[in-house]
Amino acid sequence: MNVTLLERTGSQAAVQAVIDCDVHQAMRSAADLKPYLSERWWHQLSTYGQRRRLGPAKGPAYPKGQPGAMRRDAWPEGGGRAGSDLGLMQRQHLDPNHVAFAILNPLTPSGQGLQNPELSAAVCAAVNRWQIDAWTSQDRRLRASIVVPYEDSAAAAAEIERWAGDKNFAQILLLSRTAEPLGQRRYWPIYEAAERAGLPVGIHAFGYGGQPITGGGWPSFYVEEMSGHAQCAEAQLTSLVMEGVFARFPRLSVVMTEAGFAWFPSLCWRLDKLWLCMRDEVPHVKEPPSSYLRRQVWLTTQPMEEPEHRRHFRDLLAWIGADRLLFASDYPHWDFDNPAEAFPIALDPATRETICHANAAALYRLV
Amino acid sequence: MTPAPIDCDIHPAPPGLAALLPYLDPHWREQVTARGLDELDSISYPKNAPLTARPDFRPDPGTDPARLLAQALDPFGTRLAICNCLYGVQLPFGEDLGAALAAALNDWIAHEWLERDPRLRASIVVPTQNPALAAAEIARLAPDRRFVQVLLLANDSEPLGKRRWWPIYEAAARNQLPIGIHAGSNYRHPVTGVGWPSYYIEDYAAQAQSFQSQLASLICEGVFAKFPDLRVVMIESGFTWLPAFLWRLGKFWRGLRAETPWVATPPAEIVRERVRFTLQPIDAPDDPAILLRVIEQMGSDRLLLFSTDHPHWQFDGTEVLPESFPPALAQRVLAENALETYPRLKEAATEEEGP
Repeated sequence: MNVTLLERTGSQAAVQAVIDCDVHQAMRSAADLKPYLSERWWHQLSTYGQRRRLGPAKGPAYPKGQPGAMRRDAWPEGGGRAGSDLGLMQRQHLDPNHVAFAILNPLTPSGQGLQNPELSAAVCAAVNRWQIDAWTSQDRRLRASIVVPYEDSAAAAAEIERWAGDKNFAQILLLSRTAEPLGQRRYWPIYEAAERAGLPVGIHAFGYGGQPITGGGWPSFYVEEMSGHAQCAEAQLTSLVMEGVFARFPRLSVVMTEAGFAWFPSLCWRLDKLWLCMRDEVPHVKEPPSSYLRRQVWLTTQPMEEPEHRRHFRDLLAWIGADRLLFASDYPHWDFDNPAEAFPIALDPATRETICHANAAALYRLV
Repeated sequence: MTPAPIDCDIHPAPPGLAALLPYLDPHWREQVTARGLDELDSISYPKNAPLTARPDFRPDPGTDPARLLAQALDPFGTRLAICNCLYGVQLPFGEDLGAALAAALNDWIAHEWLERDPRLRASIVVPTQNPALAAAEIARLAPDRRFVQVLLLANDSEPLGKRRWWPIYEAAARNQLPIGIHAGSNYRHPVTGVGWPSYYIEDYAAQAQSFQSQLASLICEGVFAKFPDLRVVMIESGFTWLPAFLWRLGKFWRGLRAETPWVATPPAEIVRERVRFTLQPIDAPDDPAILLRVIEQMGSDRLLLFSTDHPHWQFDGTEVLPESFPPALAQRVLAENALETYPRLKEAATEEEGP
């Protein structure tokens, strides 16, 4: 049947520079990692595989809508994965969309969340070195995220310390599907190291922690997994606030990436209400949960929320605050948001500047 | 004139497993007694947690019919109320034990509560350990028109849209019984997609996320297409998350609907036609304009069903319905929506009014 698609206001010319807080650069193939791994870990990886707390030896838990969840026009003509050719990324996205800075979040492979903690640490370290050589040193608009073996937080903290102060990196990257909720104390050394390094912690949707994505088991479909990432993001923020992470690490900044943002107000309302009722259980949470969340959490915009009626997008801006939102495109993935067309309403210039540029410039200290 | 309300969520509770012994057959009575099983309380509602019962509804909340009627029905002039028993019969892993306990609980509620007051109705609690046994329990009790829906928990062993559960929906639809899904879990999995949280407050907060996942599952697996007469009521789910959830699911459905071709209408439309939500808890800020805007975003005044959630501590005094609700909305929420949702309540109301 035919479905009425969302009406749009038409293109808002992207003459303004934007900071893109979620770009996925890729390796041409896993062999790109080889120069950065010791013989032992290359042998382990090429012989026994990554072992990601997930059955399939490669590929996702749920088949994507198209290969690699990539835009079909983003695969380089000369071969290699979408996102692996800097020239194409520049021509297709960075130049025409006036990207002043892009935060790089490498996903496949990133070494994060592997069952073998030593392999995880070795691959993360290798990926970070590759990011400088292949990307940030090649285009000064690019800033990388430090990938860390987050299930072993001592090793993760060491990796953060290795790169602290290095301007090639703008944040620390975690994936949202961790083995345990991220507020738990086993992860605290990561936040301590992040505070010391003065870097935000980005939590990007996806990854595999070994648990079903819902509290009621594994769903059947990719569309449920996509929608489920919002619920996982809510669980992570709940954990971070209720375990007292924000209270204990007041200079910690958290960026929830690619998990949506429309759910943020109702989460705040629910947590505040429950805190009033049962703060005796969490005496270390001194302020209403929303106070911490509205001070220490940022949310990226892609995939952009599309209310049934566009005017309701204004409610979201009012309830969340434009100061919490960071524009992201998710290039080169299939659900890429073009900064000129992504917003369902015409933003006034100041709000647009805040979301598309100023917030990220301040948070990541990009000048 | 505001109509007499219909309360779609109250919680009678057995004072202990001993109360169910008369309703168990000799084998299970002997098993339960000899093996020292004396209660089935769930960690979903720790007895002494503030949320579990308002201070003025203590002690032993929900165990005494006279007290419950005086606290939950009389102050609101309630004409009908649905008893949703949260006793943990879904917790044991044994399928036959689960079935015996569920049947005993249903017989207990019929004899000790439904007999007591003509305003009371109940949900059929089913042994989700085994969907075939659950369907049999529905068939056993369906002739008693005082049972008005089938009760499931917001988390179980598999997402509720999966075909494993369809015998339950088939039995419910055949008997004009909506499926009620209540906050809670039998903890076959961690309550969050990222593992077990440390605190109870996180467990309860996570229930709202579980409802979202279940709604996605019911829609995407095609339950609403397969059972065109089936209605689903989300009970104690909260509802202010609904618009944001539907925008996101609707967007992904547009992009990925080749994966689930049987989902032929946008998720938001399916929900407005087939899914309802009980009123409490209202997770919204003090500003009444914001709550009304959320309801506007939901796109219908037919989605909310009045509930007190007695004895859970969701509101104080008698402020169960927000004052800001315009009269037409209040009228819908108090009774009309419930009558449209539950055929067996409609039946009871028609009998009351006479031909």
